[in-house]
Amino acid sequence: MMLEADKLCAWYGAAQILFDVSFDVGRSEVVALMGRNGAGKSTTLKAIMGLVGRRAGGVRFDGTELLRLETFQIARLGLGWVPEDRRIFTDLSVRENLDVGRRPANGGPAWSEERVFELFPNLAEMRERPGGRMSGGEQQMLTVARTLMGNPRMVLFDEPSEGVAPLVVERMAEAIVEMKQLGLSVLLSEQNLHFAALVSDRVYILEKGHISWSGAMRELEASAQVQRQFLGV
Amino acid sequence: MNGLANASSLFFLSAGLSLIFGVTRIVNMAHGSLYMLGAYIAYTCATSLGGVLGFWGGVLATAAALALLGALIEIALLRRIYHAAELFQLLATFALVLLLSDVVAALWGVEDLLGPRAPGLRGSVEILGRQFPEYDLFLLVVGPVVLVGLHLLLTRTRWGTLVRAATQDRDMVAALGVDQAKLFTAVFALGAALAGLGGALETPRQPANLGMDLSALGDAFVVVVVGGMGSIPGAYVAALLIAEIKAICIGLGTQTIAGIPFNFSKLTLVAEFIVMAVVLIARPYGLLGRAQGMPRHAAAIQDPIEPAGRRARLLALAVLAALLCVPLLAKASPYTLVLGIDVLIAVLFAASLHFIAGPGGMHSFGHAAYFGLGCYGAGLLLKLAGFPMAGAIAAAPLVAALGAAIFGWFAVRLSGVYLAMLTLAFAQIVWAIVFQWEALTGGSNGVLGIWPTAPFNSAWVYYLLVLALTLAGVLAMRRILFSPFGYAMRAGRDSPLRAEATGIAVLKVHWIAFIIAGTVCGLAGALFAFAKGGISPETIHVSRSIDGLVMVLLGGMHELAGPLVGAPVFTLLQDSVMRQTPYWRGVLGVVILALVLVFPMGIAGTIAGWAKRVAR
Repeated sequence: MMLEADKLCAWYGAAQILFDVSFDVGRSEVVALMGRNGAGKSTTLKAIMGLVGRRAGGVRFDGTELLRLETFQIARLGLGWVPEDRRIFTDLSVRENLDVGRRPANGGPAWSEERVFELFPNLAEMRERPGGRMSGGEQQMLTVARTLMGNPRMVLFDEPSEGVAPLVVERMAEAIVEMKQLGLSVLLSEQNLHFAALVSDRVYILEKGHISWSGAMRELEASAQVQRQFLGV
Repeated sequence: MNGLANASSLFFLSAGLSLIFGVTRIVNMAHGSLYMLGAYIAYTCATSLGGVLGFWGGVLATAAALALLGALIEIALLRRIYHAAELFQLLATFALVLLLSDVVAALWGVEDLLGPRAPGLRGSVEILGRQFPEYDLFLLVVGPVVLVGLHLLLTRTRWGTLVRAATQDRDMVAALGVDQAKLFTAVFALGAALAGLGGALETPRQPANLGMDLSALGDAFVVVVVGGMGSIPGAYVAALLIAEIKAICIGLGTQTIAGIPFNFSKLTLVAEFIVMAVVLIARPYGLLGRAQGMPRHAAAIQDPIEPAGRRARLLALAVLAALLCVPLLAKASPYTLVLGIDVLIAVLFAASLHFIAGPGGMHSFGHAAYFGLGCYGAGLLLKLAGFPMAGAIAAAPLVAALGAAIFGWFAVRLSGVYLAMLTLAFAQIVWAIVFQWEALTGGSNGVLGIWPTAPFNSAWVYYLLVLALTLAGVLAMRRILFSPFGYAMRAGRDSPLRAEATGIAVLKVHWIAFIIAGTVCGLAGALFAFAKGGISPETIHVSRSIDGLVMVLLGGMHELAGPLVGAPVFTLLQDSVMRQTPYWRGVLGVVILALVLVFPMGIAGTIAGWAKRVAR
């Protein structure tokens, strides 16, 4: 197993958001975390990265327990995080943004500036542009590229299809497929069933901080009843 | 030209402060102290070693020593408080000011120490028919050199890129695998080294003295705020602007405007703060600054304040009864009454500060201004306008209210560190006016002979008067906090946008609150003037503003009873410590540090927390 969460709990201040969430992601597997707004999808990813106030339970990444580590140590183990609000450094140019993400290869495939520009040709044309003067879609691509520069072995992907143009969504799907082919594991938080179905092998559904359903992507696609019960609005 | 040379030192000082703030979001109050320490260390190197090695080697050694000290401070103190409330960070670093000030006094003594002139640059050159020291010319050049060096470091190296990224979003930088702790330590060390360099280079021009820390801090604040927090080029532009304005003021000397002789050189202290106020009003984030992103870790949600329960009321009555009995002790020890009056005035002062700082969320770093206006208002009305005592005490709060109305109008438009700095700047303006307008205020001599008239001329009657007025002031503010106005005030603090959306004029509400606090504070000042029989600029020094904040924090910012507990504890502590040791500032610094690190909820807050846990 690449990532194993064992009864993971997380709090923001006094409010508990995650309750005994357990799941796992295998090597070069793409797993989707689905669920409605506020179910705890983003919080799960942040809890793995050590970005919530308090955590309990356990998360192991490639055998290493993450709960006692600081965020930068977790990242250095080879975990990349693509936040939903992108969090581009707006004062820095595209190049500089990539430079912040750069880390030596750590058993995973080695990415270079040139290779991420191959994956996202748009970015190659705006190397010196400040992050603040890019469109939402361009920022989304830069966020993914910045994460890949860290040569992660696994990527936590938060809502890549939200709020960007269909063309960018397509690029995101391609990027995930390419990562999988390179042997990376991906944990994807997603509300869009169509997008998730395109790239994921398995699904966990979160509801109010609990895992309420899990299974193969095919099963979820086949069951209108499960979709209605857990994902319908 | 002279201004240009002054600008360099000012720039080093401010660039360090700005850099540290940009990355760590902490306003390092101890920055002036690091500058002062730099001057003293460089002085020692230059005089004990002597020669080229002693001076120039000393300058470099000073920068290295300060870098080391900076790293130490960051690791031992700041690292623990990055996630604390802003006010705590300001206070913790201010504790360092107190500590370092006593360390310097203990190591170097209280004499001013003028360093030797720089070897190799002792002469002067003639420029445009004027003699200009070579050393000043050197300073003039070294400023831009360091500016360019810093700029290259920040834009051309990966380290610089990481610093700029961390300035914007620390968590994201960490999530990309960057060890922020090391980055922050390095930035703080660099900032401290720059401050030390600034201090070291000033030793041949100005004697190192114990007042340097706060005056340098004030200057650096102004420069950084004018230039824009976190902007290095902004710091340079602002340092030039401020240094030039000061040089011009001194150069003009006494001029006659419309038949009235006017001494411009006395304007220097006020001038820089006027520049700052003008810039903040026109460009709230400084000349080259940008709006700061909201901090990602918002302050913890506060429990709503509650009216006193039956037990609390009984306790309050018991305390009141005990206070009424104090005059009975006066026969045995007359000092008790003097101390009692001090304590009551401190309570009124702290309660008025808590009124805007706690429920209002406006952390004023210049509350001494309104205390001073009340103090001097009462004194001058009595002495110059011939008011009777009652009239002076009644009118003085109005003087303070007027000051609060003017300053508050600007202050409520800002928040966080900008508000802290602006209020501090206003307090410095009041201090400078009082200090320099000798004809009216008596300058550093102050105003003497302000004694209460009969029947208040016996200490116990005056004590009762102070008790009655303090009680009235505290109860009135308490009543206001439980009125719709008080709710609007807290709503405006917790969520300005939502409060505006429900129809609360947040700025107006906070402005009125600011005036109320100023008025009550003015009353405390007036009572203080009559209690001491005289007033001096010392009364309104920055340290009084800080004392007030310490009292409020000691009691607990989030408790209504906070200032009522904190002020007496602080006053009694200060009274007993001051008599024991000449190093009471250092002791106070340690107390503040302990407070911030161990009891972040304050005394009343900690007790209330225990009570709640027991009740559960």
